[in-house]
Amino acid sequence: MPTLAERILGAPAGECVDRAIDVAYAHDGTGVLALQTFRTIGKPLARPGRMRLLFDHIVPANNSETATLQAELRRFAHESGVPLCDVGEGICHQVMGEGGVRPGEVVIGADSHTCTLGAFGAFATGVGATDMAAIWATGETWLRVPETTKISLSGELGGGAEAKDLALAYVSRLGMDGATYRALEFRGEGAATLSMAGRLTCSNLAIEAGAKTGLFYADRTTCEYLAGFGVEASPQTVEDADYADEHDIDLGAVEPLVAVPHRVDSARPVDRVAGTAIDQVFVGTCTNGRLEDLERFAAAIKGRRVRVRTVVIPASRRVLAGAIRSGALEAIVEAGCTVGPPGCGPCLGMHLGVLGEGEVCLSTANRNFRNRMGVGGEVYLASVGTAAASSLAGEIAPPEGAA
Amino acid sequence: MRLAGRAIRLPPDIDTDMIIAGRYLRTKDRSVWAARAFEDLDPTLAGRLRGAVIAAGPNFGCGSSREQAAVALREAGVVAVVAPSFARIFYRNAINLGLPIAEAELDCEDGDPVEVDLEAGLVRAGDRPPVPIAPLSPRMRAILGAGGLVELLKGTA
Ligand code: SF4
Repeated sequence: MPTLAERILGAPAGECVDRAIDVAYAHDGTGVLALQTFRTIGKPLARPGRMRLLFDHIVPANNSETATLQAELRRFAHESGVPLCDVGEGICHQVMGEGGVRPGEVVIGADSHTCTLGAFGAFATGVGATDMAAIWATGETWLRVPETTKISLSGELGGGAEAKDLALAYVSRLGMDGATYRALEFRGEGAATLSMAGRLTCSNLAIEAGAKTGLFYADRTTCEYLAGFGVEASPQTVEDADYADEHDIDLGAVEPLVAVPHRVDSARPVDRVAGTAIDQVFVGTCTNGRLEDLERFAAAIKGRRVRVRTVVIPASRRVLAGAIRSGALEAIVEAGCTVGPPGCGPCLGMHLGVLGEGEVCLSTANRNFRNRMGVGGEVYLASVGTAAASSLAGEIAPPEGAA
Repeated sequence: MRLAGRAIRLPPDIDTDMIIAGRYLRTKDRSVWAARAFEDLDPTLAGRLRGAVIAAGPNFGCGSSREQAAVALREAGVVAVVAPSFARIFYRNAINLGLPIAEAELDCEDGDPVEVDLEAGLVRAGDRPPVPIAPLSPRMRAILGAGGLVELLKGTA
C-alpha cells in the first residue's frame, strides 16, 4: 500500500513526477529573488489564481531599502492579479493554514517551513526562489517522491508537555539530517489526540530533521477545523504502507524539553537547564504563534507580572483578533509583555526584538542557529508553557504541571 | 564537466544562515552575498572562495530555503561543493543555479588540489585514489547541463 506522500503524488518512492501545483506561495523575503528570476525567464504567469504573495518576514518594513523591495513586489502583485496578503495579515504558513490548503493538495512555498501545512494531509514542501519562479512561469514543478519515515504516536500528552515538546523530541531522536529527502508521517491513536494547532506545530519542525514534509492524515479534527473556514474536506483513509524507517513515540512519556544553542536536535529535559539566566522570552512564529498558544500563555501569566523582557507576536491578524476577543491579549499586555504586529518578528534576526551581543533568549520558534536572532545572541527553544514559566521566573523554568 | 580547485574544509551541518546571514538578505546586490559568505563562521573565508572546492561534512545547506546561499557561493567563485550529503532545498537550489555539487565522501586536507569530474562521477583530492560521486538524476543532469533552470526554461518554447 502507498504511503500518504506516494498517494498524493501518484507514484512510488524514488520516482520523479511532474505535478501541477494546487497552491504556490512566496513571502517578502523570497519573493523578491523569485520575481527577479521570473522576469529573466520572460514568460507570462501560468496560473496567477493559484499563487499567493504574503508579507511577513519584515513587517512593517524596517528601513527604506526593505520598503522599496516590498513596494516592487506589491506592484507586481497588483499588476499581475496575484492575491496579496499585505503587511499585518500574518506569517505565510499560518495564513495559508487558515483555510487556504486542503487535504491531498500539492502545496509549494518559497520557504523551508512550508512543511507545516503537511498537517492537513497535503504534500506541502519548501523550495528556493528559482523553483518558485519556474512554477510562476509553468504552473508545475517536478518532485522526487520521497521515502517515508513513519512516526507512530500512542497515548496522550500530559505533565506540562505540549506538541512543541513532541516536535523537539522527534527532531532530537532523528537528528538534524535524520530524515533528509524523506517525508515524515505522523499516525496512530496519539495523532488523533492532537489539536489542529498541535499538529501544525509538530509538522512545522519536520524540516529541522531534513524532511520534505511532515504529514498527518486528515481526520475529523482536520475537517472540523477547515469547516470553520468554510472549506469542505473529507478524512483520508489510513492504510498500512511500506516505510523506510519507523519510530514509536508514547506521548505520555514526552516531557517538557529545551533545545540548547545552537542546534535544534539538542533537546534536553527542562530541569537540566532550569535556572539559566535569560534576557528575553519570545512567544510567536509559525511554530507557536497560534491562538491556542497565546491563550495558553495568557492563562499561565494572567494577573501576574513577567520578570524578563517578553515579546509576544501573534502569527496572524486572525490570531490577534481572536486573542483580543478572548481577553488573552489583555492578560498578556497587563502582565508586562510587549506585543508586536502579526508576522515573523525577531525569528530571523532582522527587527522587532533581535538580541544584542551576549544576550540569551528563550523562544517558542523552531531554529536556534548561531546568530540567527541577532549577532552574538543565544537562543533556547521551548514550548509555550515553558516560555510562560520562564517569563514569570526571569530564568528558564519548567512549565506548570511538569513533574 | 571537469572542475578543479583548492579544497576548503568545512564541518558538518553548515546551515544556510551560516552561509549567508539573514541580515544581508534584503538587497538585490548579489556582490553583498558573495562578500559576506560564511561571515559568522570565519570572516576571512569569503576572500578565499574564488577557485575553491568546498569540501564539507554531511548535511551541507540545512535550514532556511534562502537561495541567496547558493547564489553567494556561485558569485564568490566557488568551483564546486562536495559533501557526503546535502539538505534537499539547498541541493535543488544549487542545481537550479548551475552551481556544481557532488555527493561524495571526500577525504582531504585544506588547500589540497581537488578534481571533480561530473561526467565520470569521480572526485579526487591530491594523490589520493578517486572516490565516486552519487549519480545525479537525469532531471538534475539536464538542468545542470543547460547551465541552470532558467536557461533550461528559456530554451523551451
Ligand atoms: S516565523 Fe520564523 S521560521 Fe516561521 S516563516 Fe517566519 S522567519 Fe521562518
